[in-house]
Amino acid sequence: MDVILAQIVTGLSIASILLLVALGLAIIYGATGVINMAHGELVMLGAYSAWALQTYVGIGLLPGLVIIFFVVGLFGWIIERVVIRHLYRRPLDTILATWGIGIMAQQGIRLIVGGELRYVQMPPSMSTGISLLGFETSAFRLFILAFSAMLFAFTWFLIYRTSFGMKLRAITQDREIASCFGIKSQRIYSLTFAYGAGLAGLAGALVSPLKSVSPEMGTTYVVDAFMVVVVGGVQSLVGTIASAGILGEFTGFLAFYSNDTIAKALVLLGIVILIRFRPQGLFMSKIRASSTGQ
Amino acid sequence: MKFGRRQFLKGTAAAGAFATTVFPHIWIKDASLAHAAGGEIKVGVLFSLTGTTAIIEESLNKATILAIEEINAQGGINGMKIKPIVEDPASDPATFAVKARKLVLGDRCVSVFGSYTSASRKAVLPVFEKRHNLYWYPTLYEGRECSKNVIYTGAVPNQQQDDFVPWLIEKFGKRWYLVGSNYIYPKEENNYCKKLLAKYGAEVIHEEYVPLGHSEFSSVINKFRGEKPDVIFSTVVGDSVVALHRQYRAAGLDPEKMPMASLTTSENEVAAMGGDAAAGHFTSAPYFMVWDSPENHKFVEAYKRRWGKDKVTHFVSEPSYFQVYLFKQAVAKLAPSDINPQTIREAVKDEEMIAPQGKVHVERKNLHTWLWPKIGQAQPDGQFKILKQSATWLEPVPYKAYPHQVCTEAGLKEI
Repeated sequence: MDVILAQIVTGLSIASILLLVALGLAIIYGATGVINMAHGELVMLGAYSAWALQTYVGIGLLPGLVIIFFVVGLFGWIIERVVIRHLYRRPLDTILATWGIGIMAQQGIRLIVGGELRYVQMPPSMSTGISLLGFETSAFRLFILAFSAMLFAFTWFLIYRTSFGMKLRAITQDREIASCFGIKSQRIYSLTFAYGAGLAGLAGALVSPLKSVSPEMGTTYVVDAFMVVVVGGVQSLVGTIASAGILGEFTGFLAFYSNDTIAKALVLLGIVILIRFRPQGLFMSKIRASSTGQ
Repeated sequence: MKFGRRQFLKGTAAAGAFATTVFPHIWIKDASLAHAAGGEIKVGVLFSLTGTTAIIEESLNKATILAIEEINAQGGINGMKIKPIVEDPASDPATFAVKARKLVLGDRCVSVFGSYTSASRKAVLPVFEKRHNLYWYPTLYEGRECSKNVIYTGAVPNQQQDDFVPWLIEKFGKRWYLVGSNYIYPKEENNYCKKLLAKYGAEVIHEEYVPLGHSEFSSVINKFRGEKPDVIFSTVVGDSVVALHRQYRAAGLDPEKMPMASLTTSENEVAAMGGDAAAGHFTSAPYFMVWDSPENHKFVEAYKRRWGKDKVTHFVSEPSYFQVYLFKQAVAKLAPSDINPQTIREAVKDEEMIAPQGKVHVERKNLHTWLWPKIGQAQPDGQFKILKQSATWLEPVPYKAYPHQVCTEAGLKEI
């Protein structure tokens, strides 16, 4: 029985990491329609910021999270202002442009910092296993689970209970009409992109003590993030958390009962079949398509 | 002027005749023209400086360049300097083949030092075999190769496991869990390991492979907890090593009861995972940075002086270093007009030198190297403590897991 329980918690842990990484992408893609291929690199920058803060400034992981959010958010804001702003009606060009930014970020980090794997210290208070309901699990993973739930709640609150969120939803529905109502859509877009980038940075920082920090770590994360967003349904926050949970649990169970290679293959196969029969993902939001064809 | 077909044919025929008479090396296939021209010996250095495997291959490049610079500073080989031609194949096996062809045909290198992954070695092998050139491969690998155009200075499975596996069985127990990355190197190592385990009466309770670069090991660790093996034999590589160790530690498992025994965890990975995640686990390799010998102290100091105080040497950068010296010893025996890849290969057979790990010897039958495997335990400070040095050097037998095949001086024989 506690094997099943341990596996459920493991699945939740995998799901929480997926959610952390995918939440920023869901916001950006859902709200602005920008396919951000550099999302993995934003995660990577968050991890490197955590390493740099630890090594050069001496700030630990937890206190540094706020700084990392703003640093990577600022970087996202700059990308949006300089590049993405001009490409809102050209989705194919945004893919190319963001892919290029991703490559530049990877090689830039490699040139500045070097290609070696880097070490980020886990907060000492969480670095051992703890016993929970009769089985042992990692304290840090539980922290990530709690943190991602909290972050999701905060994001939901931001989108559905603040005026910023209302303006964002208005722009998502119909940008022209929203602008007619006096909403500065350009500014909202920039802030949204920065927020999504900041979330990605937090994901990178939190994941780095469990894995390693290297310039290419982002490429696997961007694939996972897109899987979660596509399965969950674009423009649906509930869809993001649901699909992260489902994908995480399935991956965990399949990996336990066979192995990780088969688990990955079967989960991807499942996603392909799901999209074939339900291209809009699990949760479709009831938004009328805008006249501009976005 | 009307440029008709006849004019065109005459023109190209004339140009072709001109080119082949004035530039004969276009059509002369024998690449031994002017190898040691101008008092310089050209060698290729083919390690990735960008891309996923650049993390390790950069250090191999650095060790090779260090050796070349040292040799040149001492006067070169019989007065001739070594000229390294460095290419970056960007972690892509197809690019490895392209760059290898360029080094062998375009730059007329007399040897090329290169490769870390087996995929890249397999990709360049046809180039060296077809052009009769010589490739020096410093990385531990899965064996099962018998090319007469490659000098292998890295360890093969029998050298890494013949001492390691019985020692672990004796110390920890007979229930083994095998986990590796999903490609040929871990599969061959596990294949050899299973034969050894059967010989010593131990059993494999689980064998699994994770995708290359995989970093989510929570399910694997749950399986460790459930099955409680005595030894975890890990052949995951690269980022996966770091992720596995860190998550093992975060889950609170105990390396004294369930140690991870690895062939691929070096000082690089230990630095990336942190001392507390590394401590207590074991690695078998012919070389560790802490090895106490005058040659090793000299090597480590020279490496740090040249490339930075924070750098580490490991069991792939050390062969990259000493194989250049073996090259030097071989070429020093030859007359300058006689230097070409075939003569160097014949000259390096049975060559010996005192490498940082100990005395090494190139076996003439299979062009592999006799090495001194050591068993090290990682310490919290990030270095290894050497628990056991093998009593004598171990002969390389690349086909030991395949008793009906043997690599001889004439080639691969079936028996």
